[in-house]
Amino acid sequence: MGGFPILSALTFLPMVGALIIMAVRSATSGSSSVANKANDGRTALMAGLVISVATFIVSVAAFLYYDPSTPGYQLVEQHVWYQSISYKLGVDGLSLPLILLTTFLTPICLLASLNSIHKRVTEYVVAFLVLETFMIGVFTSLDLVLFYIFFEAGLIPMFLIIGIWGGKDKIYASFKFFLYTLLGSLLMLVAVVYMYITAGSSDFEVLEKFAFTPHAQTWLWLAFMASFAVKLPMWPVHTWLPDAHVQAPTAGSVVLAGVLLKMGGYGMLRFSLPMFPDASHLFQPFMFALAVAAIIYTSLVAWRQTDMKKLIAYSSVAHMGFVTLGIFSFTEVGVQGAIFQMISHGFIASALFLIVGVVYDRMHTREIAAYGGLVHRMPIYAAIFMLFTMANVGLPGTSGFIGEILSMIGGFQASTWAAGGAALGVIFSAVYMLTLYRRTVFGEITNPALNDIKDMNRIELITIVPLALLTLLFGVAPNLILNLTEGAALRILSMMAGG
Amino acid sequence: MLDFTAMTLAIGPELWLAAAGLVGVLLGALLKDNFNGLSFKFGALVLFVAAGIAAVFYQGGEAFGGLVETNTFVNYAKIVSYVVGGLALVMSEGFLKRHETARYEYALLTIFASLGMGMILSAANLMTLYMGIETLSLSSYVLAAFHRDSARSSEAGLKYFVLGALASGMLLYGSSLVYGFSGTTDYAGIAAAEPSVGLMFGMVLMIVGLAFKVSAAPMHVWTPDVYEGAPTPVGAFFGAAPKMASMVVFANVMFQVFGNSMDQWQLIVSIIAGLSMLIGAFGGLTQTNIKRLLGYSSIANVGYALVAVAAGKDLGAGPLLTFMTLYVVSSIGLFAAVLTMRRQGGMVEGISELGGLMSKRPWLTIALSVLIWSVAGLPPFGGFLGKWVVLEAGIGAGLYPLAIILVLSSVVSLGYYLRLIKIMWFDEPTERFESIDSSVMLVVLTSALFVVVFMVFFFVLGGWTGQAALGITA
Repeated sequence: MGGFPILSALTFLPMVGALIIMAVRSATSGSSSVANKANDGRTALMAGLVISVATFIVSVAAFLYYDPSTPGYQLVEQHVWYQSISYKLGVDGLSLPLILLTTFLTPICLLASLNSIHKRVTEYVVAFLVLETFMIGVFTSLDLVLFYIFFEAGLIPMFLIIGIWGGKDKIYASFKFFLYTLLGSLLMLVAVVYMYITAGSSDFEVLEKFAFTPHAQTWLWLAFMASFAVKLPMWPVHTWLPDAHVQAPTAGSVVLAGVLLKMGGYGMLRFSLPMFPDASHLFQPFMFALAVAAIIYTSLVAWRQTDMKKLIAYSSVAHMGFVTLGIFSFTEVGVQGAIFQMISHGFIASALFLIVGVVYDRMHTREIAAYGGLVHRMPIYAAIFMLFTMANVGLPGTSGFIGEILSMIGGFQASTWAAGGAALGVIFSAVYMLTLYRRTVFGEITNPALNDIKDMNRIELITIVPLALLTLLFGVAPNLILNLTEGAALRILSMMAGG
Repeated sequence: MLDFTAMTLAIGPELWLAAAGLVGVLLGALLKDNFNGLSFKFGALVLFVAAGIAAVFYQGGEAFGGLVETNTFVNYAKIVSYVVGGLALVMSEGFLKRHETARYEYALLTIFASLGMGMILSAANLMTLYMGIETLSLSSYVLAAFHRDSARSSEAGLKYFVLGALASGMLLYGSSLVYGFSGTTDYAGIAAAEPSVGLMFGMVLMIVGLAFKVSAAPMHVWTPDVYEGAPTPVGAFFGAAPKMASMVVFANVMFQVFGNSMDQWQLIVSIIAGLSMLIGAFGGLTQTNIKRLLGYSSIANVGYALVAVAAGKDLGAGPLLTFMTLYVVSSIGLFAAVLTMRRQGGMVEGISELGGLMSKRPWLTIALSVLIWSVAGLPPFGGFLGKWVVLEAGIGAGLYPLAIILVLSSVVSLGYYLRLIKIMWFDEPTERFESIDSSVMLVVLTSALFVVVFMVFFFVLGGWTGQAALGITA
């Protein structure tokens, strides 16, 4: 690996692309006819697609350069930035899968927007590409300040995506999303400053070795958790998520569920466990209680939803409960399961939101009651929906099963009660997902508007089929991911043990 | 015995401003109305040259038998104040022309106000400080009421004058108490004096007076009214140049005069800082006039800056300069954006008038959004690092409650910053604004570029301010 800064290239490629698209548009704007505008938008979307695919290729290249057999950070780039803060990038087995998830989902998001976004398309593409840079930056940065900058900056494009291209209550949802998450992350900022002053550096590797006093750890842990708990989201600070999901455009929901939520789990694994081990042990029962409460409570809430997107949003909260459970089991299998669950949920939840988007684009409603009998008109759709319903329930053979079972095994080793409660959640997830599926897909067509609904078109298939294949692939061959994450999981646990 | 070398080294920029100001008065008397158009360029040039002189004699010195003494700390503030003052003047011309008030007095008053700023920054004696404050204030009162035919402007000027006079009185009374109990008006002499209750009384009264000048709560009530009532370019000037100068003077007095009794004033300054942040954050939430909104935003930002002051000289001096630089540059850009809100010959100031700006003027909107997010302290813009260094100072000094208030009020104030963003990006377009003066657009773009560039190259700005802070810490 010569001196080429592949991670910088990976991180900033989408942003550079966004700037180019913006510059080209302002240079060619002036033609104001409607046809031209639509054409401009399509060109911008295609350009965005090319850039995001290129980013994906770069991330695959980074993956190929990465050596999973050596633990620790690789492909590191470091430059001093300001005082002891440095511009430091690197990846390990924890961040690399999440980066690949991000770069994989972004082109899908853009493609899925081709038929659903009709106004201000250029800005939409720019917002998405800028968001991609910030998301990748969160996972590649190895400096706490840099991490924080990317972490918080990502709010801005997401705010615009929900606020401009969202549904009826988009303003409310975007403000709630922004202020809720910001409150959490600003408390983290205070902790970041404290750590920087105390340890004299914001470098991950320095902080991981630095032993904070147990008293300080408690407060730092709480401040970090204020941010990650909102982001993940954990019960009871999840209430922004259903609003944001329901109002966001389909692609916004995909990226929100697919990537942004994972930042919470990533943060817990990256900071809470290795840097504040005493506090993590102290709060383990608390986190288990919240995780089980999230799994059971939000599953029940999901069951009673009448809005398809809201149902999936609550199901996301429940599935993130497994992530918390796995992480705070402090066992290798649990942590591995949590990482796996994050990746797997990234595919499944994204696909489910795309599936809702398919019928929403045709019917412009997300009410479950407005559907029924879709199988008679949309057989392919019904089959794909079935696959992801099963994956979300955690059926063996799909990646959802592996994530849940590993998390639960880990949880079981730490607390039988917590694992038992989580297992109850698996049953509930079957209840609400199968209910959803039955009410929308089976039965007779009661809504006459459904009589001439068309099955999925080619673009929709291109967006969903890769997700379906990966869900099945990782369901039967989980080692593809687990081998990659093993080193990182072991390293985190050894740092917790004081290594 | 006048030692010109020492005088130039110490207060070169102020000598230049005084001389240039008098030349301006002469030119005005000779050319009469013909000078009106030229005066703005003349004034801006004078201010930029003054900044240049301050940069040349950056190390500073002492003159007039210790009445003035400068160092890199205050000289840095001078440079920033003069530059943003000059920028405010550059973008004023078009506005005043359209209101038929483009008179040369405006530029001259700006020069004399800047002279006052230079004097308070250079002061090493309570007498110099008071004279400088009065020079700055009297020019400011007139500037606030510059649209004398407008009731709003006259009201703003009057309010500012009455309250300002009260604050000056407090400052003067405090100074006299300090003098009475220390026996000297010299900064160093007071710093060396035996602490006593009387001295503390004087100090508190001086803090009250200075807090008024920087518009810190609870002496902030004039700010929204004056910002709203004064002509917009005047608001731009108030929000930037005197803000920078007064804030640094506030810090200078605390650090240099009362440096030994920091345990006495740290709590007072902390309370003022906390109140300012909260009042600025909550007060702005219900505003519908953009200038009032910016007024509350400035109160909140003064609160943040005061956190750096409360952290003390060693921790706070550099962060204060960094924060204020980023803030005043953003502030002048935001006011410049208000100047673009013009249709059918009249200015509009309701924030809803910005509706859908993105679809009409994308570059202006993007620049403005960058500035708003920067003032709000969000990454990836410069304002975030301004907040970062302030937090670092505050937490380093153990002021945890203040740090928590800072972040909480940031979230609250995001309520109104986001509303601006929402109006510009999400709402349906309103009627298009009339064409924008190129000078105004230039200021908006420059300040937006500034907060982006100095985010990436923050070590440059941080290096400058860190070096400047050595002027009082070394």
